[in-house]
Order: sequence, then C-alpha cells, then structure tokens
Amino acid sequence: MTTAIDVAGVVKTFGTVRALDGLDLRVSTGEVHGFLGPNGAGKSTTIRVLLGLLRADSGTARLLGGDPWDDAVSLHRRLAYVPGDVNLWPNLTGGEAIDLLGRLRGGLEEKRRQNLLERFDLDPTKKGRTYSKGNRQKVALVAALASDVELLILDEPTSGLDPLMESVFQDCIDEWKDDGKTVLLSSHILAEVEKLCDRVSIIRTGKIVESGTLAELRHLTRTSIHAETERSVTGIDQLPGIHDLVVEDHRVTFDVDTAKLDGAVRHLSGFGIQTLTSQPPTLEELFLRHYGDELAAEGVTAEAGAPS
Amino acid sequence: MSVTTAERPHQHAAQRRQGGSTLTGTATMIRFILRRDRVRLPIWIGAIILGVVGSLPSFTETYPTAADRQARADLLDNPATIALTGPAYGTDNYTFGAMTANELLGFVAITMALMSILLMVRHLRAEEETGRTELLRAGVLGRHACTTAAFTVAAGANLLIGLLLGLLMPSALDELSTSSSLLFGAAVASVGLVFTGVGALTAQVTEHARAATGLAAAALGVAFALRAIGDVGTEWLSWLSPIGWAQRTRVYVDDRWWPLLLSVALTVILMAVTYATTSRRDVGAGLVQPSPGSPRAGRNLSSPLGLAVRLQRGGLIGWAVGLLVFGVAYGSLAPSIEEFVSDNSSIQDFLGDAGSLIDGFMAMVVMMMALLATAYGLASLLRLRGEETSGRAEPVLATAVSRTRFAASHLIVALGGSLLLMLVGGLGLGITGAIALDDGSMVGKLFGAALAHVVGIWLVIAIVVALFGWAPQLVHLGWVVLTFGVVVGVLGGFFQFPDWVTKISPFHAASTLPGGDLGTVAVVIMGVLAVALVWIGLLGFRRRDLTTT
Repeated sequence: MTTAIDVAGVVKTFGTVRALDGLDLRVSTGEVHGFLGPNGAGKSTTIRVLLGLLRADSGTARLLGGDPWDDAVSLHRRLAYVPGDVNLWPNLTGGEAIDLLGRLRGGLEEKRRQNLLERFDLDPTKKGRTYSKGNRQKVALVAALASDVELLILDEPTSGLDPLMESVFQDCIDEWKDDGKTVLLSSHILAEVEKLCDRVSIIRTGKIVESGTLAELRHLTRTSIHAETERSVTGIDQLPGIHDLVVEDHRVTFDVDTAKLDGAVRHLSGFGIQTLTSQPPTLEELFLRHYGDELAAEGVTAEAGAPS
Repeated sequence: MSVTTAERPHQHAAQRRQGGSTLTGTATMIRFILRRDRVRLPIWIGAIILGVVGSLPSFTETYPTAADRQARADLLDNPATIALTGPAYGTDNYTFGAMTANELLGFVAITMALMSILLMVRHLRAEEETGRTELLRAGVLGRHACTTAAFTVAAGANLLIGLLLGLLMPSALDELSTSSSLLFGAAVASVGLVFTGVGALTAQVTEHARAATGLAAAALGVAFALRAIGDVGTEWLSWLSPIGWAQRTRVYVDDRWWPLLLSVALTVILMAVTYATTSRRDVGAGLVQPSPGSPRAGRNLSSPLGLAVRLQRGGLIGWAVGLLVFGVAYGSLAPSIEEFVSDNSSIQDFLGDAGSLIDGFMAMVVMMMALLATAYGLASLLRLRGEETSGRAEPVLATAVSRTRFAASHLIVALGGSLLLMLVGGLGLGITGAIALDDGSMVGKLFGAALAHVVGIWLVIAIVVALFGWAPQLVHLGWVVLTFGVVVGVLGGFFQFPDWVTKISPFHAASTLPGGDLGTVAVVIMGVLAVALVWIGLLGFRRRDLTTT
C-alpha cells in the first residue's frame, strides 16, 4: 500500500507557542483517516502545513509523493480542501464560488456538481453574504466533492450542517472511498469518525498520541461486561485488568481492559454463564481518556503551581 | 390587598420603562468603542493637532516680515489658488491669522471629515457586516445605542480636536488670539461633525462597509468641488458646502460664528434621518436589498486575476467617475484664470502671463489626481491583505494557484487601476481645459502630465508590496507614505520645505508638468526601485506563512 500523507517529526512554532511538537502522521492511499483532537491541539495547523500554507520549522512532510511547500501548485491539482471556517466573497454567488474554486483547481465534473447541489439542497444563486454557516460549508463541500482529485482534506467539514446533511455528507464520503480515493477527515464528531474512518490518529498539544485502526484503538480501552451466572463469581478481582467490579449474588458487573477480555470471560465461564452482555468501548471513551488525562494533569500542575 | 403588593407592579413598570429605552447600553457602548479605538483615536487626534500646532512656528521663519506675507498673499489671490484652497480673505493685510485660515483650514477640515467617515463606518456598518452587531443587539442594548455611541465618540473627537486647537494654537504662534483660534477649531470641527452625520447615514444605506465609505467620501468630494467652483465665481455654490461654511467664518479676519449654525443644523438633520432609518430596517440589512445572482460563474471568473477584477470592478468604476468629474470640474475653471490675468496687467508682471499661471494650476490639479489615484492603488492592493486575513485566500491557495499568481492578481488591478484613473482624469481635465481655453494642445499636454505621475504612484504601491511580502502587519504604513506625498505636494508651496524633503516625494519628478520639465532621471530611478520592490515583495510572500492576524 502506498502512502498518501507521510509526516515525520514536524515542528511548527508561532512565537513562543509550539503548535506542532514533533508530529508524525501517516495516511495510506485509499483510506479514510480520522484526525481527532480537542480545540487548539494543532489539527488545522497540520492541515495548513500539508497544504503549503504554513512552512514547517523542522521535520519532513510528504504529500502524494511530493513536498507540500515546494510542489504546492502541482499537488493542489490532485487534492481538494474544505476549510473549517468557510468565508465566502460577499458579492459572489455560491454557484460562482463553486465554479471559481473548481476552475482554479483544474476543472469540475459537471454532472457531479449538479448532483451534489441537489443532494445538499443548495441554492447557488444566493450571494455569499446571505448564506448561513451551514450553507457556506455546503458551498465549500460541493466545490471540493465535485472535483476529480485523489485526495480530500477536510477540516471539520460538518460543523454547521444539520443531521440530514450530515448523512448526505457521510454517503458522499462512502462513495469517495469506494472509488479508492483518500480522505483526511479532521472532526469533532466521534460518531461520524467511527462510521467513516478506517484509521484514526488522535492529536494532543501538537503530538500524535494514538494512531491505528479503530479495532486497534479499542484494544487499548475497557469493555464493560454484565453477566448472570449459576454460581456466585469469586476470585475475579485477582485477575489483571479488572475495574469497578460489583458482585451481587449471581450477577456480576465490571470493566475489563480489552486486552484482558479473554481471561475474564474464561474465568466467568467456570461459574456457568447464563446471560452475558458486553459493551464495546466507544471512540468517545477513548477520546475522553486522553483528553481527561490532560485535564487531570493540568489540574495537578495548577495545584502544584499555586502560591504557598 | 396590601400596600406592598400594590407597589410591586408599579416598581416593575418603572423598571420596564427604565430598561426599555432605545438608548439602553449607550454608555457601555461608548466605553467599548473607546477601548477598541484606544490606539487609533489618539493617533488621529494627536496627528491632527501636532500637524497644525507643530507647523505654526515655521510661519515666522518662512514669512518673517509683513512684506514676505504680503508677497504670499499676492500669490494666493487668484482663481487658480482659490479653487484649490479656498476663498482668500484678508489678503489686503495678510496677518499670520489670515494666513493660517487660508492655507490650513480647508486641509484640516478635510482630514477631520475623513476621520469622522472612517470612524462612523467602522463602528456602524463594518460591525454589522461581520455580524458582531447582532451579537451585541441580542443583549440588553437599545436600537439606537450603537449609533448614538459611535456618534458621541466621533463628535466628541471632533470637538476635542477643535477645543485643543483653539487652546494650543496661540501658544505656538503669538499673533493668533485665543478667541479666533477657538473659532478656527470650531470651524474645522463643524466639517468633521457634518461628515460624522454623513458617515452615519451612508452606513445605513449599503450592506458593505466599503461601499458606505465610498459613498461618504463621494459626498466629501462633492462638498469640495462645490466650494471650489463657488469660490472662483458662482458664490452661492459655496453656500451648499460644509467646507464653504467653515471658510465663511472668515476666521482671524472677521470672526463670524454664525455660518457654523448651518453645519449644526445639517448634522441634526442627517442624524434624524439616520435614527429614522435604524428604527425601520433590519439588523444587518441595508436600504438596498441584495438580489439573487447567477448560479454559474462567467467565463472571466476562471483565474485569480478574474476574481480580483470582479471584486474590485465596482470600486474602480466609482473612482474613475470621481476622477473624471474632478478633472472636468477643474478643467472648466481655466477660463476664470485667463480672464483674471488679462484683467490685471499688474498681476502679469508678478505671476507671469496667463499661460504660466494656468500651467501651474493644472500641475497642481494633476498632482492632486495622482494623490487620489495613489489612494485608490493602496486601497486596491490592500485587498490582498484583506483576502488573507479574512481567510478567503486560503481555499484559493489550496487550489493550483501559486503564491505569485495570487499576489499578482490584485497587484495588476492596483497598478492598472491607478493608471486608468490617471488616464481618465487627465483626459477629463485636458478636454475640458482645451474647450474652455480654445487650445487643443491642452489635451496632449495634460494627458502627458497625468501619465508622467504613474511611475511615482506605482512606486508607492510597490513599497506596500514589499511590506506585504516581508512584514504583512505593517502594510498600512503605505498610508503614511501617501500622507507625506499630500503634505509635501499640496502644502509644500506654502511651507517651503527643505529641498531634499520635497525631492524624496514620489510625486516630485512630474510635479511641474505641464509647464516645466519632467525629472527623467528621477522617473527612471523610481521605475527601477518599483520593479525591485515588487520583486522583493513577491519573493517574501512566496517564502512566508499565510497569517490571519
């Protein structure tokens, strides 16, 4: 499998702020890659470096086999970008903006443009100033999705879209994926990432803290188990990776590190399982665990730093 | 029913009345505006006061004796100069006071009008355009609070400048009395006040701040043109212009306060119309409703240059009409000058023949056109920075458009647009001048004079290109260069700056055309410098990060 995006050890500072602090990111060709992180973690900065809008201080970045800064123009013919905060020209209509952006990239697919306008229910005759946030987002989405490119770079593309339009967007990305094209999707909406993405990278304070397939990432989290057994369960608290254990007669509830799930279920089966429900970890939990750590760490340092 | 329960509704009603005014929150808004303009406002106020008060001591050096002053008065008292500065009062006994009024009043008044327009549009229409007003108006803020607060601040700034001028001018030049200086301050403040009202009103009419500023600036242009034509001959026209009213106080000569009542009355009317409009229209909307446009882009909208032309088309047409009118208006004054000189044989010994006076007048008019065209060029080039900070440059640069091609788009519009303005203005002045004087050679001469200024204009634009490439936060320094050009070019004759100061102005090389010679060497140097600066600027832009602050 070839690599569409390969970023290694990229550092970008703005004054004293280290926005990217040795960032590594790999996206293979043909995959939909989720790019997750709290506000201000460096998602947009990473994307701007990839687009050659910002120049990395150090580290290497490769995009579709080229250098995002030196080969910006030729690379941009092969990709489309949707910014997180779409600002349109006040006196241009949405249709004009779509055509302009498409032509600047090297042409639009006429049929797809028409089809997308219908699917996103967008009126192309309105002036940029009069569009709502969601409709401005749709203009940028149509302009990007109607072009014939290999790579889509989307920076929180569904912010401002209603649930109906979100599902249209998800269908579009699915079709895109079926065509074997690559997508980098920065998002806050975890359900969306879970639904669309093959692999996920989580960024925190300018570094990738977790990267892998959803299955791999789930492995790092806990599965919650609820079971009814013939005999009261004993000894399970001796097993590694068991948390929040509650035993009530023949009922038992606990969380288990997903890597230790096998041992826990084997142990349970010794007591005669009658019912068993397991809840797989959600991306949200994963996210909260990383983010929560950060909050806790900040809390600790804040206390430590308090004047004595 | 107890007494307390009976009191409560009464209290509530009182509170409702108190909280229900359309002016609620004005005081907070005033503090908010002062906070936002804590740098901008002191710079305007300080620059105007320092400019006036600081220049006064040089009067005694440049014109030490009564004879020197009288010589200056004789030079002034002709239709050519009057059309450019204002009616020359008190020239029979040309005191320092009369000199201050004739040479400075119009110029200071226009500066204050510009300050007022920019302040009002910035705090009214620009705020609505970005949607920030909506955020504020959703809070406890009366319908008229924003307008009232902006007016209070702008009017307050004008009155403060007027008062400080009145108090400080006498200390800088002993011959100026405090009472007359206060009238001078009031006169310039009155023009600022009227255009505070004009800015408030135009901010209601259009949806876009740029258009509101343009409309108000056009009103200022009309006010200036009315007094120019009125002062030279048809005097009642000057009585239609706020600048004319300020000059008709005959400050330092007769000290009449009453013409300023007209300015106050006009301001009241303008603000009344503004309030009436705010009560009727929607937040965010102008009086002109936007109409749907084309669902497809035309063929021209396929390149960054096509986009830049499309974005700037309306503004350029407006400016071109403005410069054409300016050229035609001043060209039509040429016969008054000719008549004046042939009627005064004594004047001919002093100023030369009618031809040289007309040439000098035309040179000044072309210079003013060049300054206006430069203002256009700067505003046009700064769209580049505007596109960058607004985030609209980002999706364009994420397509197959190189940095150079993107920057070149607005640069070409700025260079080509300023050239076009000089062509249009020069033709307008030349053709009307030729018809009025019955001298066909005027067309070519004035067209040439206008073209000769283009390299200087481009040099100022090129300076800003270099700033844009390497220090984008400083691009607005271009306005400082223009201001320098205005002061040297328009007031230079009066202040007699040292030679080197005059010569470093980009507008100096062509300043004596059509009568004198073109500084060819200077033009070549400026041309080379401009090309180098553009190249340096584009190089810098290719190497730097895109920024939004």
